[in-house]
Amino acid sequence: MAKVRGAIVVDNELCKGCGLCVVACPTNTIAQAKEVNGKGYNYAYMENPEACIGCANCALVCPDSVITVYKVKVS
Amino acid sequence: MGELRLMKGNEVIAEAAIRAGADGYFGYPITPQSEIMETLMVRKPWEETGMVVLQAESEVASINMVYGGAGCGKKVMTSSSSPGVSLMMEGISYIAGAELPCLIVNIVRGGPGLGTIQPSQADYFQSVKGGGHGDYRLIVLAPNSVQEMNDHVGLGFDLAFKYRNPALILSDGVIGQMMEKVELSDYKPRLTEEEIIEKYGDWAHIGKPANRSQNVVTSLELQSEIMEKRNQHLIEKYASMQEDVMYEEIMTEDAEYLFVAFGSSSRICQKAIELARAEGIKVGLFRPITLFPFATNQLKELGQKMKGILTVEMNAGQMVEDVKLAVECKVPVEWFGRFGGIIPSPQEIVDALKHKIIGG
Amino acid sequence: MADIDIKDIIREENLVYKKTDVLTDNVMHYCPGCSHGVVHKLVAEVIEEMGIQEQTIGVSPVGCSVFAYNYIDIDWSEAAHGRAPAVATAIKRLMPEKFVFTYQGDGDLASIGAAEILHACNRGENIVVIFINNAIYGMTGGQMAPTTLVGMPTATSPYGRQIDLHGYPMKMTEIVATLPGTCFVTRQSVEKAAAVRKTKKAIRKAFENQKAGKGTSFIEVVSTCSSGWKVNPVKANEWMTEHMFPFYPLGDKKDCEKDPAEDYEKYMKG
Repeated sequence: MAKVRGAIVVDNELCKGCGLCVVACPTNTIAQAKEVNGKGYNYAYMENPEACIGCANCALVCPDSVITVYKVKVS
Repeated sequence: MGELRLMKGNEVIAEAAIRAGADGYFGYPITPQSEIMETLMVRKPWEETGMVVLQAESEVASINMVYGGAGCGKKVMTSSSSPGVSLMMEGISYIAGAELPCLIVNIVRGGPGLGTIQPSQADYFQSVKGGGHGDYRLIVLAPNSVQEMNDHVGLGFDLAFKYRNPALILSDGVIGQMMEKVELSDYKPRLTEEEIIEKYGDWAHIGKPANRSQNVVTSLELQSEIMEKRNQHLIEKYASMQEDVMYEEIMTEDAEYLFVAFGSSSRICQKAIELARAEGIKVGLFRPITLFPFATNQLKELGQKMKGILTVEMNAGQMVEDVKLAVECKVPVEWFGRFGGIIPSPQEIVDALKHKIIGG
Repeated sequence: MADIDIKDIIREENLVYKKTDVLTDNVMHYCPGCSHGVVHKLVAEVIEEMGIQEQTIGVSPVGCSVFAYNYIDIDWSEAAHGRAPAVATAIKRLMPEKFVFTYQGDGDLASIGAAEILHACNRGENIVVIFINNAIYGMTGGQMAPTTLVGMPTATSPYGRQIDLHGYPMKMTEIVATLPGTCFVTRQSVEKAAAVRKTKKAIRKAFENQKAGKGTSFIEVVSTCSSGWKVNPVKANEWMTEHMFPFYPLGDKKDCEKDPAEDYEKYMKG
């Protein structure tokens, strides 16, 4: 059975750590890092990368367009 | 010889705009200049040249339409009278700040406030010293005949584009409502986008091709260092306008006294010269045609040879300050004027010369 | 569990979403979580999808989004406060073949620019209006807007907006929908992915309307201002959903063409 796996790439330095992607993610893939970026924001990252389905909801709600989304079908 | 017509000053503004190849007029009715838009609406230039004419909801909207149109690199204009021009001051400041070319016509009426609909020259300060907020200057033309109302439309657009700066025709109800013979300018075609770029440069917001960076028309700059440079550039630009200074001298060769007057009051001064000379008073006239740039140097040279100077203005004494500065107060300079819509008579002017200068 | 390495997913051929090239690389000055960024992105994506980057002129307002021109890579005019519809009117009339839109906040559009927006919509100017309503003045520091809810505290209504003192909140979208020159009037939001998709569809439709010469398209986006509201971005979305949506109900208010001239010409006949 085909299954969808996704992944996101967050531009850590441009992320403002607003957390909207965390809420938008239907699979609890994303969390905010404990570390901060150069501007002092707790940037978003894939805490549970296995869970990502590549739906792009996080990227759609991201005000700073810092999320790139990939998706692949695996069997 | 161009086409000869008998026309009102206000009507000529409209006709001249069409013939100058204007792309757009945006205005709002106000006495005593409503004939400008009325004439345009009768002429329907959109059928002839494609010129857009629109009655806006207010003077505030019309000057901002001019801002939008000027930002396209188009030849656009508006007209109004004093209270309406006051409403436009914000937009004019933005246009000056963004360095856009446009033409504004002010058929001045007496103020302050709603004032009167009769002619006045009380908007000299507002036109010449800025009027809106921030350090800026307008190119200010002061026609004194219906012919010059025609000529200054084309000239105003040319200077506006030369300096990328708003130009203002400062006239009044005397000239706006007066009918005179006028030789109309020949038709100039409206420019295409390509011609605009070739002639004036590629700065307008007309859509960004892939091979150039964005064109953004704005007066905003939050970095003080850059903003100061912008101001510096504007100051230099305004100073460079001196090369286009215009003035007229009448019977100054043998003059001992001088009237300085612009626009409609300069016409009355010509009659006053006749009356004064009949009494043996050798008086001439210096008429600034561009009020900004002001003919400071020319007036200094001529004025300092005089025994005294009388400025004649239909206001409470505004240009007199620039005349005093020009002659560096080395000769007596006095002001005479009527206001509130009253036009001084030639005899009043001669009497004022006698009392304030000769007998003074 | 299918076994695939992350780096095998992150490959060009698997790309499903990336930032549009119509957005510049400038870092937006907006606060974290600001709705402006999302709406900017949607406008840019529509411009890209329609292939109209070279023909589009934006008119930015005064307020937080005054710098919209730094982020969407097209030609722009920066208008005086509230005057964007007048500026856009002239641009569109002088260059009818171009696409022209204004981007305005609630202070700009509903307060100081109320006359300009109403008359542009009433004339049926063939433009797109994007109206960001976050019920507050963001740039100047969180003062009351015409759209501030009754009871909502702001810097100039610190005890909450009171009707006796400040008047009623203004529903611009409902007002604009009554004007004969508008063809498409809708209220949308961008707080979740589904809403973002709907808003983008609305923006696309608005630009298509302009292409078809249908009249004024007006899109309100109910938005957040977490700094002005003094809550974090996630809470701001919750607050908006709870308080703003009931007063500013989402959905299309009008979707047609501007009124036909005959409906108005008949009164002078006979």
